[in-house]
Amino acid sequence: MNKVKSGEILDDIKKQVTESQVWASTFRHGYADTPRNRVLQIASNVWLHLHPVKMHRHALRIKFTWCMGGITFLLFLSTVVTGVILMFYYRPVGEYAYYDMKYLQYDVPFGMLMRNMHRWAAHAMVITVWLHMFRVFLTGSYKPPREFNWVIGVFLVTFTLLLSFTGYLLPWDQLAMWAVTVGTNMARATPFLGHEGPFAEFVGVTPRYDARSMLLGGSLVGPPALLRFYVLHCIFIPLVAGALMIVHFWRIRKDGGISGPL
Amino acid sequence: MATEAGRKNVEGLPEKVHVWPYLVRLEFLCAIIVVLALTVWSITIDAPLEEAANPTKTPNPSKAPWYFLGLQDILVYFDPWFAGVVAPVLIIVGLMLIPYLDVNPKGNGYYTYTERKLAIWVYCFGFLVLWIALIIMGVFLRGPGWNLFMPWQYWDPHKVVALVNVDLPYAFGVRSYNMALLFGGAVVLGYFALGTAVYFFLERKAIKYVGFLRMFIKIQLLLIMGGMVIKIVLRLGFNIKYIWVTPWFNI
Ligand code: HEM
Repeated sequence: MNKVKSGEILDDIKKQVTESQVWASTFRHGYADTPRNRVLQIASNVWLHLHPVKMHRHALRIKFTWCMGGITFLLFLSTVVTGVILMFYYRPVGEYAYYDMKYLQYDVPFGMLMRNMHRWAAHAMVITVWLHMFRVFLTGSYKPPREFNWVIGVFLVTFTLLLSFTGYLLPWDQLAMWAVTVGTNMARATPFLGHEGPFAEFVGVTPRYDARSMLLGGSLVGPPALLRFYVLHCIFIPLVAGALMIVHFWRIRKDGGISGPL
Repeated sequence: MATEAGRKNVEGLPEKVHVWPYLVRLEFLCAIIVVLALTVWSITIDAPLEEAANPTKTPNPSKAPWYFLGLQDILVYFDPWFAGVVAPVLIIVGLMLIPYLDVNPKGNGYYTYTERKLAIWVYCFGFLVLWIALIIMGVFLRGPGWNLFMPWQYWDPHKVVALVNVDLPYAFGVRSYNMALLFGGAVVLGYFALGTAVYFFLERKAIKYVGFLRMFIKIQLLLIMGGMVIKIVLRLGFNIKYIWVTPWFNI
């Protein structure tokens, strides 16, 4: 009773919990704000360890980075989460796709919200990645030793646009079909490989057998194109882009952290 | 004096701070703000969903997604093989080459205009004018038939625009097909040859330490970018359609 009154019991409980085997095996270090723990907090955490343990103070300034790389990554994660939820309700089949969208919007709890978040995060990501690239250019951060990370970045901006573009078709409405028709029509003008492109006659490609038909699985934007774009959008491009992002972050560390005037 | 220089030196030393908590807390704050903004945006504005896809009903205008409208706009001035395939590839490759072509050691890791004027001008022109401005134009000002409409104008699908464009050789009085072929080829190839020669002459001192290949690729990319602007000006100002017409491709 005395222990309860004096509050000592709380200390006892805390001690019991934090010294238990479960706790000790989950949290690998204490929380006290010591330099050692600050280091461990980053180094022993799989999510945080892409960060360096220490960094230059100037790299913290929002005026320098505009936070755009980090925001791009956050928006990418948002599309991954909301996108997986959408996948539970969406079938990439000509007969179903559009009605699944309607179902998502009107019958699925929070379906409309998930769709909106997915779409707006994707659009925002396109803008933030351009701004990120602009800032990296303006600070000259592509100069040695960061040339290679800039090249990875150009791959990333390309994949970001391709992700957005392949997703554009999936609602299977007029907007989707015709925007993708306009976009993929370009492929038939590919030199050598498109049936309307320069030098096509020397290769012998036809409307049903050229760069565009390979992309679409046919000679127009039909159900096979929907399925192709779905697989590219949900599996292939996110995996490649995700892998490249990991390389990108790793290289920032290996190139000596964020660039600076030193 | 001495003390001031000394202090500067200490300030210039790489001061390092712990990522936890200094960076992680910033990231956390930033993430909260972004997620909040995204949530509010998604609650207030719905993503568009038009009527079901219908391959027999082509909308006019048909627009690519907004981020590609700059390229779609270039289709007015160039054939699809260039605007839709070669130009995007050149943009991607050109961007990747930037770190290897820009050998100016200054301006690495800080904002500066005076130490790298040309680089900043080229990038800003390409990004803000050729990419962003064309997108804004494509989204807001391009109506039916890809005609230009001011925001206050009615999008008249029957608007008639007289086609008065002629090819450059024709404008110079060259009438026979073969002569036009030669004339156009001479203009295009001459542009690149002359541009390259002038550049190498002006920068002849740099060849030794910058390297021939690097300078050659750099000037070709710049000439292509400039050539696109010239072509746009020729079309808008002088109604020139093609500069070089060949049996295989037109420029
Ligand atoms: C999915 C796309 C991308 C993500 C998620 C991303 C993420 C990041 C992050 C978080 C940083 C740390 C500094 C900052 O936030 O500014 C960074 C730095 C950097 N990024 Fe990106 N990035 C992306 C695309 C790009 C692109 C398109 C380029 C350039 C073509 C690029 C080039 C660089 C370079 C060179 C750095 C080092 C900057 C420095 O040291 O100052 N990245 N990136």
